[in-house]
Amino acid sequence: MTELSADVVVVGAGPAGLAAAVAAAEAGAHVILTDEQPAPGGQIWRQPWDAQPPAPSRELWRRAEHRGVRLLPETAVFGVQEARCLRAASPGGAVTIRAGAIVLATGALERMLPFPGWTLPGVFAAGGIQALAKSGLEVAGKRIVVAGSGPLLLAVAAFLKRQGAVVLGIFEQAEAMAVARFAGSLLLHPGKLRQAAALLGELTGIPGHHSAWPVRAEGTGWLERLTVRVGDQEQSFELDFLACSFGLVPVTGLAELLGCRVESGAVVVDRQQRTTVPAVFAAGEATGIGGVDSAVIEGAIAGAAAAGSMDPAPSLDRRRNREQAFARRLALAFRLRPELKALCEADTIVCRCEDVRFGALIRYGDAREARLATRCGMGPCQGRMCGPALNFLRGWPLPRPALPLIPVTARALVTDATDRTASATFFRES
Amino acid sequence: MPEMVRLVVDGLELQVPAGITVAAALLNRRLVARRSVGGEPRAPLCGMGSCFECRATVDGRPHTRTCMVRVRNGLDVRTDD
Repeated sequence: MTELSADVVVVGAGPAGLAAAVAAAEAGAHVILTDEQPAPGGQIWRQPWDAQPPAPSRELWRRAEHRGVRLLPETAVFGVQEARCLRAASPGGAVTIRAGAIVLATGALERMLPFPGWTLPGVFAAGGIQALAKSGLEVAGKRIVVAGSGPLLLAVAAFLKRQGAVVLGIFEQAEAMAVARFAGSLLLHPGKLRQAAALLGELTGIPGHHSAWPVRAEGTGWLERLTVRVGDQEQSFELDFLACSFGLVPVTGLAELLGCRVESGAVVVDRQQRTTVPAVFAAGEATGIGGVDSAVIEGAIAGAAAAGSMDPAPSLDRRRNREQAFARRLALAFRLRPELKALCEADTIVCRCEDVRFGALIRYGDAREARLATRCGMGPCQGRMCGPALNFLRGWPLPRPALPLIPVTARALVTDATDRTASATFFRES
Repeated sequence: MPEMVRLVVDGLELQVPAGITVAAALLNRRLVARRSVGGEPRAPLCGMGSCFECRATVDGRPHTRTCMVRVRNGLDVRTDD
């Protein structure tokens, strides 16, 4: 097993992680930056397979490289050996990484809500189809509906249109008034306002609906038809792909394994981005959904703090406070309406790993009971998909992370008893 | 034109652009990555390695997330995972 060590280890190379790595390295720390993907940038700055990475990502990475930040790409942190010692699976095998301080920049996942037909091939998460298109999925000429909730839908629709897709419509569950109020509040954020205006310009000609959501996807082995509800009317489309998700959920598994406090689904941090565990910091979406600007600011504060500079620069502090106000308005405007709970029918699959249907879960009081009785959430995704859905549908807390965080190969295993148990749990599934 | 590489999926040879992921290559041919425990066809959902719906056996390694693997010449993919 390879052993590495650094003053600061940053987990996740999206906007927050890149900013943290740069800040820590510029403060003189030796920094290791890990990411599951082959290139830095995270999801929002994901590099298209046949093009350069986006400019902000390129610029941050240039600065990181200049300061000697060591990137471990295709490296998934799957466990914690002891305080400030992480275990990861990389292409070359298992890696142990000792850290003076850790910055968690683990980002967010899209919340999927089950509805009849959502397991058909051709139904994607909204950001999911964008990630896949950047990885080579051909979308030109494809008829695509974008649905769910949040500003991500607009960004994805504009991206798909630029790639030559025929975007049939955007269906946002939030009310028009709530979205309009949110849009109005962008006057306080001129940069975001400019971006939103540019996005809306690009979307000219694409029908946009509010108080609207998918109710049924149908097809024989592949998505062919989608029915959406707009107000009290239903509309049906013949289509190739559906891009659908209902907002973002912080990724907190590693933070929880390290013992950090998580409240309302987000890692709790203070003004220095310190978690409740000494020498462990967190930044970006993992600490609450706030968007890319917020992530970069928090990353810069966390990276500097992790490298030992205790007080955030006042300008960063002020900007972060403004971003947090933005984040609160975002959450309020796009909060999920209760009608969406009725989308999932008794025979709708909720847990895709184990094919557990909603009707089989109704009698259980919490995720743990349901898990023991039905295997819901026990597949390889460990409840990452069904957990946020059941959190909304049933009010169940998100499932606690289990070791290993991702299924790992026998090569990545070590010999202590905890790990044998963990791997046995996984390999029983296979 | 990008360079093309040869990908073998369940014994079927595909010519695909170098640099795309296995998940994208499968989707472009409307091939599903796996069957669910109940026998349903499944294809990638999240595109970022979280949902595990794109998993397949790649060069003999079971449970490989095909959205995280770029195609290489001669790569062997089995959708029996």
